[in-house]
Amino acid sequence: MIEADGITVRAGGRALLEGVSLALRPGEVLAVVGPNGAGKSTLLRALAGDQAVAAGQVRVEGRALRAWRPGELARRRAVVSQQVALGFPMRAAEVVALARLPWHTTAQAGRDAAAIALAMEQAGVAHLAGRAYRTLSGGERQRVQVARALAQLDGAAAPAALLLDEPTASLDAGHRGQLLRLLRRLAAQGVAVLVVLHDLNEAAFVADRVAMLIDGRLAVLGGVAEALEPGLLQDAYGLPFRSVAGGGLLPDFGAAGR
Amino acid sequence: MSVALTAVLPRARARVAVLPLGVALLAAAMLAGVLLGPAHVSAAGLWASILDALGIAPLPAEHVRDAAVLGVVRAPRVLMAALVGAGLGAAGAAMQGLFRNPLADPGLIGVSGGAALAAVGAIVLSGSLFGAAAGVMGLWLLPAAAFVGGLGATALMARLGTVQGVAGVATLLLAGVAVNALAGALTGLLVFMADDRQVRDITFWTLGSLAGSRWAQLPVVAVLVGLPTLALCALARPLNALLLGEAEAFHLGIRVEVVKRVALVLAAVAVASGVAFTGLIGFVGLVVPHLVRLGFGADHRLVMPGAALLGGTLLVLADLLARSLAAPAELPVGVVTALLGAPFFLWLLRSRAGAA
Repeated sequence: MIEADGITVRAGGRALLEGVSLALRPGEVLAVVGPNGAGKSTLLRALAGDQAVAAGQVRVEGRALRAWRPGELARRRAVVSQQVALGFPMRAAEVVALARLPWHTTAQAGRDAAAIALAMEQAGVAHLAGRAYRTLSGGERQRVQVARALAQLDGAAAPAALLLDEPTASLDAGHRGQLLRLLRRLAAQGVAVLVVLHDLNEAAFVADRVAMLIDGRLAVLGGVAEALEPGLLQDAYGLPFRSVAGGGLLPDFGAAGR
Repeated sequence: MSVALTAVLPRARARVAVLPLGVALLAAAMLAGVLLGPAHVSAAGLWASILDALGIAPLPAEHVRDAAVLGVVRAPRVLMAALVGAGLGAAGAAMQGLFRNPLADPGLIGVSGGAALAAVGAIVLSGSLFGAAAGVMGLWLLPAAAFVGGLGATALMARLGTVQGVAGVATLLLAGVAVNALAGALTGLLVFMADDRQVRDITFWTLGSLAGSRWAQLPVVAVLVGLPTLALCALARPLNALLLGEAEAFHLGIRVEVVKRVALVLAAVAVASGVAFTGLIGFVGLVVPHLVRLGFGADHRLVMPGAALLGGTLLVLADLLARSLAAPAELPVGVVTALLGAPFFLWLLRSRAGAA
């Protein structure tokens, strides 16, 4: 669906990403993990087309990202950024409704109201529809943005892609679980899901494959057991991790640093 | 669909209501604008004048004075106010949407500062260069200079604000501040060189007035203000996407850099063409979009046409006040819009600070 082929991103003379190659496949959840500053968000922004690459290429369905019309691209990939602040006050449902912009010239425009309602239902924010966005908590806003991305992909010809940058950051445990299960369901429907996560246990639960970035390089890309291996994690985070019963991972915060 | 969703979502009723409401308000203001003033005109006089102008019925003798007041003075003035106000309102709404800044107004993009510099330049230089052509000067030369100056300043600001092909909002804003400061300094230099009569002309130009409106100017204003205003209204969807931010707008399929450039050019043309004939008129572009948002929300499909219609309405009414309050003298219309707009601006500032 979306491929990065040896992409390098530079800013201020520093390489934020260095020769990263990976392919996001339809029907999988690919979790991107790594320490702060490893280039996770930069990778997501490069795959979304926000971030120009200095070397390498991003391709969507085999075609160079830059060759796509933005509107065409918007009908098959949606992005949930870390934080979205509004220019002017709007209600939650109005924010979600903006997702239907790429569809207004298509035959799918008639689905707008249904798509918005369904997306808000799926993201668990239907009850917030009439609330002013700026009065919502951080977690509620994040879920409204997820609903917006879902509404944007409603009607997309397969395969569609959903890119999320730390979507669980402001969520409580219950809502984290809801969101992660939603991502699994989307993948089961054939959506290609790429999600940047901090919590390795969330990655272990949700991901089919995990990409670990360290200092802008792809340190490992593989199955959960392969990528979230305690020795590798200790190298990446400078902390010992131990596996706990049920497949979880616990960092030992009391251990000395690197 | 849940009840809450239908209640807030399509706002279909608002969209249906906002255009007729705006048109009705503008029509009422324009009617008041032609009928009221130091010389009172009766509705019968207006009706007889319209019939006469359309060649349907000859003008009765008792309405000859009404027809003269209407035809020569009031009608072009009210039409000019409606057009210029509409351009200021729409340009203000578009700039606030583009910069995602509620305190943005058309002055921010350098257009007013540049227009003022060129107009002042024309006034000062006309003393020596165009002294013989004072009539042409007032009617066309000054507006042409102001128009070119306004567009030139915006072009300079856009050029300075674009780094590596990307016109970042913060960079654009700072470039606008710099261009305005430069234009202000050069204007000051010209004022310093001007004689007393010119200083008086300059002062009145920078405070704005619709008294110089002529029929001959209206077709030009109708095209150069009217078309960009309509085109800005057509940018409502991209401006809506920009409410979420530039990256999100791109994710929604908007060509952000193209939209920014087009909106800047349209706003600059709409404002420069208006102020070229009337002089600077502040606060309409700032305040009017907020009034529309207070009533109908942030959706630009409502805000853009609403701001155009309400901008026209408010400038027609402000001009009516300007020529009525101190009759037979006239207040500069910019003084009236600022007197009405500044308190609202302060209230807005304080209520936002309270909400944040």
